[in-house]
Amino acid sequence: MELDSLYQEVILDHYKHPLNKELKSQFTAQVHHVNPSCGDEITLNVTIENQIVTSVSWDGVGCSISQASTSIASDLMIGKNLDQALVIVESFSDLMSSKGTKTGDEEILEDGVALAGVSKFPARIKCALLGWMAFKDAAIQSSKN
Amino acid sequence: MKPMFSPAEIRKDFPIFSKVMRGDNRLVYLDSGATSQKPFQVLDAERKFYETSNAAVHRGAHLLAEEASIAYEGARQVLAYFLNAELDEVIFTKSATESINALAYSFGNSDANSRFSLKPGDRIVVSELEHHANLIPWQQLAKRTGAELAWFSIGSDGRLDQSEIDSLINEKTKIVAITHQSNVLGTIVPLEKIVKHAHSVGAVVVLDACQSAPHFAIDVKTLGVDFLAFSGHKALGPTGIGILWGRSEYLNQMEPFLTGGSMIETATMTEAKWAQSPKRFEAGVPNMAQAIGFAAAINYLNNLGMENVAKHEKDLTAYALDKFKDLDKVKLIGPKDNVDRGSVISFTIEGIHPHDVGQVLDQYGVAVRTGHHCAWPLMRKLGLGGTTRASFYVYNDEADVDVLIHSILKAQKYFKV
Repeated sequence: MELDSLYQEVILDHYKHPLNKELKSQFTAQVHHVNPSCGDEITLNVTIENQIVTSVSWDGVGCSISQASTSIASDLMIGKNLDQALVIVESFSDLMSSKGTKTGDEEILEDGVALAGVSKFPARIKCALLGWMAFKDAAIQSSKN
Repeated sequence: MKPMFSPAEIRKDFPIFSKVMRGDNRLVYLDSGATSQKPFQVLDAERKFYETSNAAVHRGAHLLAEEASIAYEGARQVLAYFLNAELDEVIFTKSATESINALAYSFGNSDANSRFSLKPGDRIVVSELEHHANLIPWQQLAKRTGAELAWFSIGSDGRLDQSEIDSLINEKTKIVAITHQSNVLGTIVPLEKIVKHAHSVGAVVVLDACQSAPHFAIDVKTLGVDFLAFSGHKALGPTGIGILWGRSEYLNQMEPFLTGGSMIETATMTEAKWAQSPKRFEAGVPNMAQAIGFAAAINYLNNLGMENVAKHEKDLTAYALDKFKDLDKVKLIGPKDNVDRGSVISFTIEGIHPHDVGQVLDQYGVAVRTGHHCAWPLMRKLGLGGTTRASFYVYNDEADVDVLIHSILKAQKYFKV
């Protein structure tokens, strides 16, 4: 079924058991992003020290895609250096705009490749990108602070 | 004798129902609250206008201009009759959103001594049920003029709480802008008391009829409101066309919102004098083909009979409400009885976000709306991030409701809740 390409098992797992979904009180930047067309909201905290992402924590409400995607992104970013992290974000954005033509590089995106199917559903791409864009924004703000 | 009301027969008039949806399913269109589908009678009317009579109305001395003007004014007549309004009270706009903004800006442009002008201390009353289209224009008008925005609350049953009406609509109130039927909950707002109160303090009543006029008979003289807005595209008509109705004695005292061609009586390099309504509010070459398509849609509804349309939707809503009772972990949002409620069913499913519900339903050909429905303050009040909404119209039947119910069960199975 077409739906299975969207809702891979790993996505449903992250949705039901999201990682890092508890805001840490310590952070170097905090952002709040919304998806005004559907009302999804997310608050995301990052800590970046010496160019290393030491912590990503978040809280929010949204659909399975946005929640799972944020969970995957947060897990992926922790421990990376800032430049690496931003390359991963770019790789994911590229996958999302592929209209179903790409499967994603598992070396770079790990669980993130499970979201490849989202790129075939234009209305859901923004859901998948919410957490990643929040992270990117937070990372840039943190490096300015 | 008129034939029985038959959605299956009606669907034959709508080309879109031959479309094959995801999963090789037929289209079960339950999103008429957002926009309705269009019968070929509407599409043909627009096309015929372009093919045989296209010209700018009320200008030009040629045959086409003459025919176009007659067709356009004929459309106005159809709309006036539909609302039981006078001809000069029916203004074509591009949408209901534009209609309401036209009013808000017109009031905002008034001279200080006009009855429509607002100043600090004056009050505008709305309700928590409002769609953004009947909230933001008033909220911003209040900001621009220093007037105060106040609102009716709703109860947990999704009904308007009128218990505070005396203090809410007070002598400072200039405008009461309210929805006739909630696009999210289906709640129909009883207007009699509100209109009476508003008029007793000299306020005008603006009615957002987007969700009512397409679904049951509207008579502006009986309703007693002062202004009314609705859009063509929710009433089987084209996009790009809406109605602003107002009492002519008010319209001719009001400042226009858009200025330009056709809306002046006289013009010099430095001055202009406004034409009478409706021209006063129809600057520029109007959306003619759309107005004519809108009239074709209204004729289509008239042929079905608005009483029959209303009865069909009420019966279908009763059927759906009954079916929803049997669903586990599905919560109906809004009035649960079939009294003073339209054919809109909003619901949430425990453990599944509305977007995901909509996605699974789409796999079965079911088109619903998900999210906050352009009524974010209402969602916040209800403590919800969003709902899934099914809305019915003339082409829906019990089989459509059955597919909806079946798809909800599939969604629950899919998400293992």
